[in-house]
Amino acid sequence: MSLVTSEKSKAYWKENLRLMLILLAVWFVVSYGFGILLVDALNTIPLAGFKLGFWFAQQGSMYVFVALIFVYIRAMKKLDRKYDLHEDDD
Amino acid sequence: MSIQVWTYLLIGLSFALYIGIAIRARAGSTKEFYVAGGGVPAVANGMATAADWMSAASFISLAGIISFLGYDASVYLMGWTGGYVLLALCLAPYLRKFGKFTVPDFIGDRYYSQLARTVAVICAIFICFTYIAGQMRGVGVVFSRFLEVEVTWGVIIGGVIVFFYAVLGGMKGITYTQVAQYCVLIFAYMVPAIFISLLMTGNPVPQLGFGSELADGSGVSLLDKLDGLSKELGFTAYTDGKKSTIDVFFITAALMVGTAGLPHVIVRFFTVAKVHDARRSAGWALLFIAILYTTAPAVASFARVNMIETINGTDGAGTLQEESPQWVTNWQETGLIKWEDKNQDGRMFYSGDERNEMKIDRDIMVLANPEIAQLPNWVIALVAAGGIAAALSTSAGLLLVISTSVSHDLLKRNLMPNISDRQELGYARIAAAVALAAASYLGINPPDYVASVVAFAFGLAAASFFPAIILGIFSKRMNKEGAIAGMLTGIIFTAAYIIYFKFVHPELNSAEHWWFGISPEGIGTLGMLLNFVVALVVQRFTAKTPDEIGELVESLRYPKGAGEAHVH
Repeated sequence: MSLVTSEKSKAYWKENLRLMLILLAVWFVVSYGFGILLVDALNTIPLAGFKLGFWFAQQGSMYVFVALIFVYIRAMKKLDRKYDLHEDDD
Repeated sequence: MSIQVWTYLLIGLSFALYIGIAIRARAGSTKEFYVAGGGVPAVANGMATAADWMSAASFISLAGIISFLGYDASVYLMGWTGGYVLLALCLAPYLRKFGKFTVPDFIGDRYYSQLARTVAVICAIFICFTYIAGQMRGVGVVFSRFLEVEVTWGVIIGGVIVFFYAVLGGMKGITYTQVAQYCVLIFAYMVPAIFISLLMTGNPVPQLGFGSELADGSGVSLLDKLDGLSKELGFTAYTDGKKSTIDVFFITAALMVGTAGLPHVIVRFFTVAKVHDARRSAGWALLFIAILYTTAPAVASFARVNMIETINGTDGAGTLQEESPQWVTNWQETGLIKWEDKNQDGRMFYSGDERNEMKIDRDIMVLANPEIAQLPNWVIALVAAGGIAAALSTSAGLLLVISTSVSHDLLKRNLMPNISDRQELGYARIAAAVALAAASYLGINPPDYVASVVAFAFGLAAASFFPAIILGIFSKRMNKEGAIAGMLTGIIFTAAYIIYFKFVHPELNSAEHWWFGISPEGIGTLGMLLNFVVALVVQRFTAKTPDEIGELVESLRYPKGAGEAHVH
């Protein structure tokens, strides 16, 4: 396949990896960062009746997870089109 | 109508619905049986995935665990949802592009090795089997509490229903029944949660009510009250943990990575038509899961305040046994609440220190919640139907992975490559029947270690599949030697650690004996890291991958031309 080696597909893969790493960084920060490692520090900040660290651990991280996947879906859809790699009847 | 009548009615209706769907969606070919023909719409697939994923444990036990552990239970909330981010971003789209049926298919083809395939098949069967035994037990418990039949009959009835639609319908039947089961279970979970949130805080959204002030006019917020009560009674503050930070970190990671490596979850992304749909169904699945998972901590805190106040009385002096509410007496009869009047004052008292007189099984929290809040009978019956929907949908999904592993990975791809499509389908059905019979037996006669082996399922999925799949997609150079060495290291290390602390020396199972303070529940994370390291080191010193593997990996990365899930 000529597609395989072309510069274009290399650029696509690179952009894909970049997007993935950025989103995974957010994923890591909200759960392991805010919900676990920094939980004691954040617990001193109140948020609508919750302690912030506790809120991230039991609520906030999950909302962010859902948002992350939908951001990824949209961004990848755009990327697939930009490089003309989207599926035919899309 | 009485609870009993409502329960029969709602469970009967839901069963009729599941069976009706199964008959309409009967599978005719292996492709329909394994991956529903690869044509399920993303939203439906997301719903089915959510039902498949949320087991009796999520439905019944999750809120109970949070209620008793407070902050420490966040590992389950983050762990069991965060794995979907990994799935959506790192696995699902690429595995869909690969376009075959099972996880061992991928491992076997990508690493051009029957040995790798066999290791993967054994892990997949072991993981699913561990899991399904617990599910059948869950079915039995719900049946026996709400229909007042023996657990044995509960398990047999549940088994027959699952057999009917999983074995006949295959993935196609399962997917559409699971959509129905999701609707039943989420409705059953949300109705009492909203009722209770309204009663306690005046806010109809449990996720917000959880942080609100109590409706009793005291001006105290729910969580402050809970922290205060907990400290007074000698527990750790509810919003504060007892587990060490490193252990919380490792358990969360093991559950996340384990989720992303579970074969019955991964196989779901083979059932949609396109790569784009695989990404979308991961998103929908997590959204549907998050509805229940963000409600569970709210339910947990409502239930805890309610429970403490009912038992200890609002003044904290203890409630007289003869004045105790109906639900306490009901659950005392099942033996799941026990009271021992240590100070002979005739009053019940619950605390975390020597004053404690109560033994309360944490699994009753969700089931008892509507009774505690004195909700109408139909709500109580609805919860029973929801619990059964959760247990059935998960067992069916697991059963399918076991039967596929046997008929497709073990027989067709390994031992009997010449069997026809029809014969393969026949073997798949036989395998499902045998697995179901064995799981039901374990459900009726549960070995003591069913609960402890759950750590096994996640630990092994994290330490075996996850690194092998990730490296298979993101590294073209990873060869079979590296992958097999990595998987074996991960599995052996993780299994040895868990077996040592859970079965050989359970008396040593405490923080001072653990390596780096990591509990057996979290050790899969270390096993996964070892797997990565060993795989990368071994790969450097062994043969290059054949050229066609480079092309295979390359083709995974671009969505164009995913086509249908193909038969070889």
